[in-house]
Amino acid sequence: MKPDYVNIGGRMPRVDGIVKAAGEAMYAADLSLPGMLHGRLLRSPHPHARILGVDTSAAAALPDVHAVITSRDTSGFLAGGIGSPGNEPYLALDKARFVGDAVAAVAAVDEETAERALELIDVQYEVLNPVLDPFSAMRPGAPLVHDDAPGNLSFETDLSFGDVDDAFSTCDYVREDEFETAPIRHGFIEPHAALASWETSGRLTFWGSKQSPYFTYRNMAKALGIPMSRVRIVQPHLGGGFGGKNEMFNVDFCAALLSITTGRPVKVVVSQEEVLYAYRQRHPAWIKLKTGFMNDGTLVAVDADIVADGGAYKGIGALSLFLMCTFLALPYRVPHLRAKGRRVYTNTQPSCAMRGHGVPQVRYAAEVQLDMAASDLGLDPLEVRIKNAIQPGDTTGNEFRITSCGLTETLVAARDTAERWRREIPAATEPHLKRGIGVASYGYVSGPRIAGHNTSAALIKVHEDGRVGLATGSSDCGQGSSTVLSQIAAEVLGVRLEDVQYASLDSEIVPVDPGVFGSRVTFITGNAVKRAAEDVRRQLAGVAAGILGVDPEDLVFRDRRVFVEGDPERGIPFDRLVKSAQYSGTGMTLLGRGYWAPEGIDLPRFDTGMGNQSGAYSFGTQVAAVEVDTETGRVKVLRLAVAHDCGQPINEMLVEGQLEGSSIGGVGHTFTECIQRRQGQTMNASFLEYRMPTALDACPVESTHTDTTDEMGPYGAKEAGEGVQVAIMPALVNAVHDAIGVWFKRVPITPEAVVAALRGSSAGATPNGGAKGGADGDGPDEDRGPT
Amino acid sequence: MHHARRRGNRGHVTLNEIILHVNGRAYAARVEDHWTLLDVLRNQLGFTGAKKGCDQGSCGACTVLLDGIAVQSCLVLAVQSQGRSIVTIEGLARDGRLDPLQSAFHEVGAIQCGFCTPGMILSAKALLLRNPDPSEDQIKEALSGNLCRCTGYVKIVQAVKMAAAERSQAAGAAPQDVALRADPAPQAGSGT
Ligand code: FES
Ligand code: FES
Repeated sequence: MKPDYVNIGGRMPRVDGIVKAAGEAMYAADLSLPGMLHGRLLRSPHPHARILGVDTSAAAALPDVHAVITSRDTSGFLAGGIGSPGNEPYLALDKARFVGDAVAAVAAVDEETAERALELIDVQYEVLNPVLDPFSAMRPGAPLVHDDAPGNLSFETDLSFGDVDDAFSTCDYVREDEFETAPIRHGFIEPHAALASWETSGRLTFWGSKQSPYFTYRNMAKALGIPMSRVRIVQPHLGGGFGGKNEMFNVDFCAALLSITTGRPVKVVVSQEEVLYAYRQRHPAWIKLKTGFMNDGTLVAVDADIVADGGAYKGIGALSLFLMCTFLALPYRVPHLRAKGRRVYTNTQPSCAMRGHGVPQVRYAAEVQLDMAASDLGLDPLEVRIKNAIQPGDTTGNEFRITSCGLTETLVAARDTAERWRREIPAATEPHLKRGIGVASYGYVSGPRIAGHNTSAALIKVHEDGRVGLATGSSDCGQGSSTVLSQIAAEVLGVRLEDVQYASLDSEIVPVDPGVFGSRVTFITGNAVKRAAEDVRRQLAGVAAGILGVDPEDLVFRDRRVFVEGDPERGIPFDRLVKSAQYSGTGMTLLGRGYWAPEGIDLPRFDTGMGNQSGAYSFGTQVAAVEVDTETGRVKVLRLAVAHDCGQPINEMLVEGQLEGSSIGGVGHTFTECIQRRQGQTMNASFLEYRMPTALDACPVESTHTDTTDEMGPYGAKEAGEGVQVAIMPALVNAVHDAIGVWFKRVPITPEAVVAALRGSSAGATPNGGAKGGADGDGPDEDRGPT
Repeated sequence: MHHARRRGNRGHVTLNEIILHVNGRAYAARVEDHWTLLDVLRNQLGFTGAKKGCDQGSCGACTVLLDGIAVQSCLVLAVQSQGRSIVTIEGLARDGRLDPLQSAFHEVGAIQCGFCTPGMILSAKALLLRNPDPSEDQIKEALSGNLCRCTGYVKIVQAVKMAAAERSQAAGAAPQDVALRADPAPQAGSGT
């Protein structure tokens, strides 16, 4: 039986909902300071060019321009590169490596003047041959994006366990396919923005749209050559991140350096157009996948060759590639696995983490291929999944230790859903409309360890009126962490959610945090908050025990009261207790602290893919129903369902919000979204041309969660934000196959690709360069084929 | 009335002195001809609840009501907005009480990062002003110019339905909505 929680598990509106609804929530671009200047960045128009010289004199002479900076004004710090040195300067040093690479920056009294000053900067470029896709980049003699990276290899992972070659020879059935995913964008609506203010005393205060503020804290100190404690990061509200606002960017650095140079606060806000062509994208991947099964559907061996387009810089790409390789080992039992991954430099915008971080690409390939195999073997793909599902207590060949795991339960729930839908959804009335249902599953981490420091921390101050102030180093990018963390504090202290005030992050006093990535906040910061609240509760229990004349261990904190267990009448209201503590004697200060990281989590071995990544893993199965118009090629998503194991949900409404947002986002990734480039120039750098789902694409999203409790998670919780974006693409692709009998091995599945596939041409009109793969018709059934 | 101001290498440019009626109050502003309503609301008048997502008319984050109709304020010039009633998200709450749409968005979980929220709520407001009892398709249609990457729209549509239902129950809601409309009546072509 689950304990009877007051603040855990319910449907509670978020703590920052009212300020956001009222329009009072301040985002970085909304802030201004007296005397503030506005900055703009000059970007390379060439995908690959040597910078011979930059003449800034005319721009600097323009009235109302306060400063023009280039790499000459910087220390040449190179960002990125976990586990190895970085290679991305904030202002290009010797070369520009993609269209949009920043070359110079200007601060002026307003944006228009800054914009005009950019036009007066004269950059002499020697245009070089670019490499625009990873396969030409790997060819012998190809131009090098970085001189120290032969073959344009950015990183390699070579994961292997079991005996793959031998295992294939024992299989009844082996198939090999090539899959391809497109470069896509994170799609946050708030563009990058930064406001920096330098004080002569040597302190920098920075407000930015940062998902992981302490990435910026560390890099800012290094890039400016000042002590970390002199960098004060204050986190305003954040307009979405999805992985694309983790790293510190040139906009952040330039705001700071321009402020130092001018002695004035400087704000830099980039345009959405710049966000699309000059910042980050999800790694497009080419995946050669060979899988062997027995006739009964038992999965025996997997061999994968993955090429990921890393774009111009290293960034955090080693982790991306590591995750692509290692998540072939989940969510099924795979006795023999080999995954060779290569991340390759090209002269395009850098690739980085995006919701699901590397895993959506490989699970797309593996989950679609599983359906293909099941279809060949005459098996039900759901039963094949159930047969091979990873179980609690398993350890994968690459050492992922699975503790709580409700995967099988999610598969059973998905089977029920699919059966119900087959009854409920009528066949399409028009002959050219075909309907189908597909499923796919996932596993995901609850906070991967990427470097030494993995600890999150929380501070609690109890106010004199009994309200509770809570601060952590984890920012809320919209996922709702400030609410979930406040709920945990409220539960421990026996107060209500509305009694907790979540403070904005300020690095001056809030302890350092690894960052908001890899679905770590509920699991890791949540445990830190629990400890901080327990610390305060201990202090208060001591005082209450004195007043009530009992042992502190016998006290219960519940419903804004502290009382003796078994004798609720004998107690004291929480606010009165706080007052007694603070005003008795010379007064006591109620401050709580807590920090936590899972013990025994290995440092990832990026090169071999070995090591346990996380203290817990989440699991789930996605079901999708689609309708394909065989005349126009358009696919309409009718319904989606997610059965998932996120442990004990802390807030059902927020979890649902994550599932819905992730799922509908995945609809875009599957059918419409693709960054299109010609000669390195982005051709669809606007929301009009880069088509993300709108309200018209919203469909019902059903959700069920398993009855799983994680031993390590706070109140039994695991992650719920990212895993759900892992299986949506393959579920939709499998549903399209169910409708029209065509497998699509390249996403997005555009209407042109559908029509071409149905006409029997496998060329596929997918607008994703480097065409290979495409669609595979396995002979549309007579009654389902186009007329 | 015109004022001159020194600007960059363009020498002197002309500033127009205009009056804008925002949330029931008149504001004087000095603007250049090409300045958008969005920039003037945010930078001169401090209505930062109107968000700049794209500045190209394609995300809806900057949506405000112009004579009761939802417009993308990044596509409207400030000088064109004179003499018209402008309502921003800051003007929706009355006497410290949130508009039913604002409460519904909060209560059903239709807000995540919140960056799309002001525009989304104002597009919904314009819909409910002209159609107090919209169907689900009409809601989706009315919100189709407002992008949201966080929520998948499911709870947003639900929030609008809930606010519409509440509104049809609460008889007292009508006078407030009338105040959002200005004389003269909305002109054709002013909406999006
Ligand atoms: S900012 Fe106006 S529509 Fe995007
Ligand atoms: S709530 Fe983040 S974009 Fe809508």
